[in-house]
Amino acid sequence: MAIEILMPALSPTMEEGTLAKWLVKEGDTVASGDILAEIETDKATMEFEAVDEGSIGKIVIAEGTEGVKVNAVIAILVEEGEAVPDGTSEKAPQGAAEAPPATPQVSTAPASPPQPNATPDWPEGTPMKAQTVREALRDAMAEEMRADEDVYLMGEEVAEYQGAYKISQGMLDEFGPKRVIDTPITEHGFTGIAVGSAYAGLKPIVEFMTFNFAVQALDQIINSAAKTLYMSGGQMGAPMVFRGANGAAARVGAQHSQCYAAWFMQVPGLKVAMPYCASDAKGLLKTAIRDPNPVIFLENEILYGRNFDVPDVDDYTVPFGKARIWRTGTDVTIVSFGIGMQYALEAADKLAEDGISAEVLDLRTLRPMDTGAIIRSVMKTNRCVTVEEGWPQGSVGSYITSVIMQEAFDYLDAPVINCTGKDVPMPYAANLEKLALVTTDEVIAAVKQVTYR
Amino acid sequence: MAAKKSTKKSNTSAEELLGFYREMLLIRRFEEKAGQLYGMGLIGGFCHLYIGQEAVVVGLEATTEEGDKRITSYRDHGHMLACGMDPDGVMAELTGRAGGYSGGKGGSMHMFSKEKNFYGGHGIVGAQVPLGTGLAFADKYKGNGRVSFAYFGDGASNQGQVYEAFNMAALWELPVIFVIENNQYAMGTAQKRSTSTPDIYTRGQAFGIPGEPVDGMDVLAVKAAGQKAVAHARAGKGPYILEIKTYRYRGHSMSDPAKYRTREEVQRMREERDAIEHVRTLLLTGKHATEDDLKAIDKDIKATVNKAADFAKASPEPALEELWTDIYAEPATA
Repeated sequence: MAIEILMPALSPTMEEGTLAKWLVKEGDTVASGDILAEIETDKATMEFEAVDEGSIGKIVIAEGTEGVKVNAVIAILVEEGEAVPDGTSEKAPQGAAEAPPATPQVSTAPASPPQPNATPDWPEGTPMKAQTVREALRDAMAEEMRADEDVYLMGEEVAEYQGAYKISQGMLDEFGPKRVIDTPITEHGFTGIAVGSAYAGLKPIVEFMTFNFAVQALDQIINSAAKTLYMSGGQMGAPMVFRGANGAAARVGAQHSQCYAAWFMQVPGLKVAMPYCASDAKGLLKTAIRDPNPVIFLENEILYGRNFDVPDVDDYTVPFGKARIWRTGTDVTIVSFGIGMQYALEAADKLAEDGISAEVLDLRTLRPMDTGAIIRSVMKTNRCVTVEEGWPQGSVGSYITSVIMQEAFDYLDAPVINCTGKDVPMPYAANLEKLALVTTDEVIAAVKQVTYR
Repeated sequence: MAAKKSTKKSNTSAEELLGFYREMLLIRRFEEKAGQLYGMGLIGGFCHLYIGQEAVVVGLEATTEEGDKRITSYRDHGHMLACGMDPDGVMAELTGRAGGYSGGKGGSMHMFSKEKNFYGGHGIVGAQVPLGTGLAFADKYKGNGRVSFAYFGDGASNQGQVYEAFNMAALWELPVIFVIENNQYAMGTAQKRSTSTPDIYTRGQAFGIPGEPVDGMDVLAVKAAGQKAVAHARAGKGPYILEIKTYRYRGHSMSDPAKYRTREEVQRMREERDAIEHVRTLLLTGKHATEDDLKAIDKDIKATVNKAADFAKASPEPALEELWTDIYAEPATA
């Protein structure tokens, strides 16, 4: 039976090309793999091989012909002794049918304010105990490791040294070196190993001494952990937590003082949590460890030693995607997360003295983000200020601003202001560092600006 | 080829030789068909064919047991067929259809099979090496006696993360076999232009990992070396490196004009060292099979590949809702 040899597409973008040279002539016998012709694309000249065997019955397109469309018949292959059939001509491409474009998701103003999940994190009367963020994080890991043999902790100095910031204190003693694992200083490598072990069913907690070092491992986090569930059509993913100190500490210079919240928040497939207080540190980390997806868990060195009340209950968890309203108010909504909450709450206290009532929202997780809570609050206060330590361009605040613009534009009485870290690498000098960070005074000034005071 | 030639045939039966012939031929015919479908515009983007390298994965798969794991780069079609994945599902993924292994969302470079312990299909050169080491980490953690194969090329062997993985694999005695498929060209860069010392198998020495070169055009040599490596890893002695010297007949990807080597070089490898011809000769001279037997196999494989191509053409494109699925796994409800 005659086989039509078609003009091949030799690159992802080729639509036509020049049939530069035939390396066979009519009557030649060819086998699979033999080079039939040289074809010139816009980029290169390529050899074109036979797939089927037979003899060249007819060369349809002469060498030197330019503008030969992909999938045009260029020659006819026949079996030995077979005649060339009549009526072969250019054929329509056999590509897959054009799919209609996916309907874009257009955000429109909601008909009624979204109802956020307003249930309290713990019932009234729950016994509380004072705990540092550091202790809360350790308790979260230890409780989850007691409950699930597949959870393990890996990182630099997490075991014998008891954690560079003493987060994993006592864990080696309790769980042993099989589950609390000191790694060499090799972030790219151990992150990849942890992701691979998660593919195979384990639930690693990877501690980065600070998130600045996670940048060495960014490829494994984004390309290997975040995208695999999608690329595999849901067959396998990476149930794991990447955690560690993020953002500025104090006087550690540019390479150790960066907030990565906006970077990670951008990636579909990742979840991103960034707690402020100890109860959220504990409850969110427990939720993160149980989550079947890769979770970026951004901590803060300055907050590690701070005390907060934590519910003294057996299994305290905080759901993702639920903002916490720290303070209700009527004049302005201040949205923050992580250490930014410190400035937001201080500012709200001082603003109250001036008779300005600020509602303060702690997002707690940036992906998923409780935008419903933001919108609902802005519909009430008609003004919004965001607070974060990261840089201004492409910031978390700029995303929040765009959401408010799209969903609550008519409710705004003033432009949204983003209070951020300054657009500079972190300087070392004490006075300059102070200047580079976002401050409570800046938040107060921004609130006064949007409230026209 | 600098690799040692193996004359070991003793532990291979006629039945196994026929199996090798069948599996290698399936990969070759499948890849030829994929190249054809690419030419017709039915496969898009990047498509890296395995033609010429068939003996590597077929020889090593002969050493595996149920539950052993494998992971590789973007040149992955051969690995999937060799570990028993369905040619229909692989080809339909190449055409981006709903019947593909990833429902059309992965493509040539990104396919997975939990059932067959195939962990991808990775597009970032070298990333699969720590990932494969992590598969072995999980096996050691669970104490299940399984081993993992982490395949990578001579190109990937210059990535830093490979050596980070070597260090930890050796330090923690992980049951992983590092398989370097040295096809001599990292895309268009010949090994001698990219690599300061040509013997990549020696690169484990700094970490105390044994390694050896293997003739990758001889499936029996590959199998013999694989058995040694697997025995080492399964016995809890840690990782092992196999540098398998092979050759890819086609370009790096479909859009590679391959001007960095001569046509004569390719032709010489095909004529003198072809792995399938080698087994064919063994079968015929050893009187394990007749020309007619082999013709029947050829015909059978052609039918399998044509069926896969037909399936890949007929399978519908993914439903538009699939754009928004599989981004997150649902947490179990407490």
